[in-house]
Amino acid sequence: MTKDDALFQFLLRMGDNTLILGHRVSEWCGHSPVLEEDIALANTALDMIGQTQLWLGLAGEVEGNGRSADDLAFLRDAWDFRNVLLTELPNGDFGQTLMRQFLFDAFQSVMLNWLQDSSNTRIAEIAEKASKEVSYHLERSGDTVIGLGDGTEESHAKMQAALDYLWPYVGEMFDGDAVDAVLAKEGIAPDPAELRPEFDAIVGAVLAEATLTVPDSPFVHKGGRDGRMHTEHLGHLLTQMQWLQRAYPGATW
Amino acid sequence: MYAQMVKTAGTGVKSRAEMSAEEARFQDRIDDDQKIEPKDWMPEDYRATLIRQIGQHAHSEIVGQLPEGNWITRAPTLERKAILLAKVQDEAGHGLYLYSAAETLGVSRDELTEMLLDGRMKYSSIFNYPTLNWADIGAVGWLVDGAAIMNQVPLQRTSYGPYSRAMIRICKEESFHQRQGYDIMMKMAQGTDAQKKMAQDALNRFWYPSLMMFGPSDKDSVHSAQSMAWKIKINTNDELRQKFVDQTVPQAEYLGLTVPDEGLCWNAEKGGYDFSQPDWSEFFAVLKGGGPCNRERMNDRIKAWEDGAWVRDGLLAHGRKKQAAKHAAE
Amino acid sequence: MKHEWPLWEIFIRGQHGMSHRHVGSLHAPDAEMAIKNARDVYTRRNEGVSIWVVQAADITASSPSDKGPLYEPSESKVYRHPTFFDIPEDVGHM
Repeated sequence: MTKDDALFQFLLRMGDNTLILGHRVSEWCGHSPVLEEDIALANTALDMIGQTQLWLGLAGEVEGNGRSADDLAFLRDAWDFRNVLLTELPNGDFGQTLMRQFLFDAFQSVMLNWLQDSSNTRIAEIAEKASKEVSYHLERSGDTVIGLGDGTEESHAKMQAALDYLWPYVGEMFDGDAVDAVLAKEGIAPDPAELRPEFDAIVGAVLAEATLTVPDSPFVHKGGRDGRMHTEHLGHLLTQMQWLQRAYPGATW
Repeated sequence: MYAQMVKTAGTGVKSRAEMSAEEARFQDRIDDDQKIEPKDWMPEDYRATLIRQIGQHAHSEIVGQLPEGNWITRAPTLERKAILLAKVQDEAGHGLYLYSAAETLGVSRDELTEMLLDGRMKYSSIFNYPTLNWADIGAVGWLVDGAAIMNQVPLQRTSYGPYSRAMIRICKEESFHQRQGYDIMMKMAQGTDAQKKMAQDALNRFWYPSLMMFGPSDKDSVHSAQSMAWKIKINTNDELRQKFVDQTVPQAEYLGLTVPDEGLCWNAEKGGYDFSQPDWSEFFAVLKGGGPCNRERMNDRIKAWEDGAWVRDGLLAHGRKKQAAKHAAE
Repeated sequence: MKHEWPLWEIFIRGQHGMSHRHVGSLHAPDAEMAIKNARDVYTRRNEGVSIWVVQAADITASSPSDKGPLYEPSESKVYRHPTFFDIPEDVGHM
């Protein structure tokens, strides 16, 4: 694998994570439990769409085949997507959405923190911009997880159920492979396993305050970040997201 | 216009002779363009009418998120997706500002929400029409926001201070909405044959419902006369509708689209277009619940409200625990 | 128990060194969330702004300046006037 191949894969992972999760979060618009949350979730989704444009835009440049961020978002099939499975899971209830957001934000904040010192200055610049947004996302999703975990009996039970459901999808974010090894050697991106202790510290503190318990289950779902095996959900998401571009090829919107 | 056919409380405009001293003083302040603020004395009918009007306006913003939200997950480019999401988010913000204005009159947001959900309060008829192709998103911005702006700009001068301030903020944020809609329409009208067809289809379906947004003719309405005397309504429905048609027809021509009205023609004498009225029996049917999407819209709002109850309660319970802990520590 | 989140009044000081200014209100379950909601609703997260939140029920307001004996006394809370409304039957066929 050349450095550029690895770099392209890495940028797809970053861009697809924000693309797919941003899409999921945008599904809430107009349907949230309260107006203030509706507005806040839309801000989060907007930030993620903006980050997607940066990551996938750079991915297209690195690939060198003239594909734009839009081409990559709207004209690839499921097997070419490199997002972690966590991001493509359906929203479930509001608690599950916020728990998923929190787990992703915690990972993303640690990742972006590292990337701000990447030897690749383009990546470092994007990371610096995104990092400001993500630290706010983390603050907000963390506080909401705490509020709902330590709220009523009902909200506690729902948040524990969300955590139990989502926890098996956490491990994939830290599951390094050859792509990561090439980039780690060049100081471009971290070996994700290195990020785990900091993630565990952030998540541990919030979940403790939320009075929630990490499930004792070693099982880890994988297959998104290397594209080997996505969930069934991704295909349906893409069917919707890519429909116009697929149905009317070459049109300008 | 997002507040259609708001009936005023009371029996109509009182003559000076019929007014009490308080009422006369109140009317003097309005005539003098002074703003009425929450703690000021006001006739109960003024308060009740404003609650209805601002509430209906707020509900329209919230229900209005749904037809456009219908396309967020299918927007054709990342940029279009971001713009549409930002716009629908703005509608939520506008609903929030308006609910806040209504709350200064002594009604809570939850009370207003319950009245929407059980059918005691209404929202604009326009949001009971479906968005079926991507050009509908353009048409909603261009025509629906265009019609709304026509009403909202004068309402910035409305007599009730909190309402006026909400409208000023809304108008500031709304300025990009109509333009983004027209921008979509331009792309579609200049695009492939299929895109042109979408654009014309959208105009065909949204033209008359947009004209209905201003409400039926109210030149003889006692309700409108009272609202205008109170300066919570600034123009008649017909004035605004005429202005809208005069503004919109050239824009449609520029796009190369045909306004679906064979009776449309320029009337040089009045300096405006003559145009056909929408089917008002359809308008009344939609208001009564007989529109294409009434049930879907209400079901969506009811579901959001009911499914969200545990979230609101959970966060409130946590907030109270925090408050109690803070007091205990002091 | 009342389930509605309390109403908060939001004051923001922009970057120009002016005083905090009332920008509007919102609902939030507690003060910290009120600040976060204010960031999302009223600043779209501009950095470098200072936000104050005050529960609306804690504000005491002066009486209207031209209040004379003809004016009914109002309650001291700005945002809780006697609730009035009465949506007539005929609203149904609007």
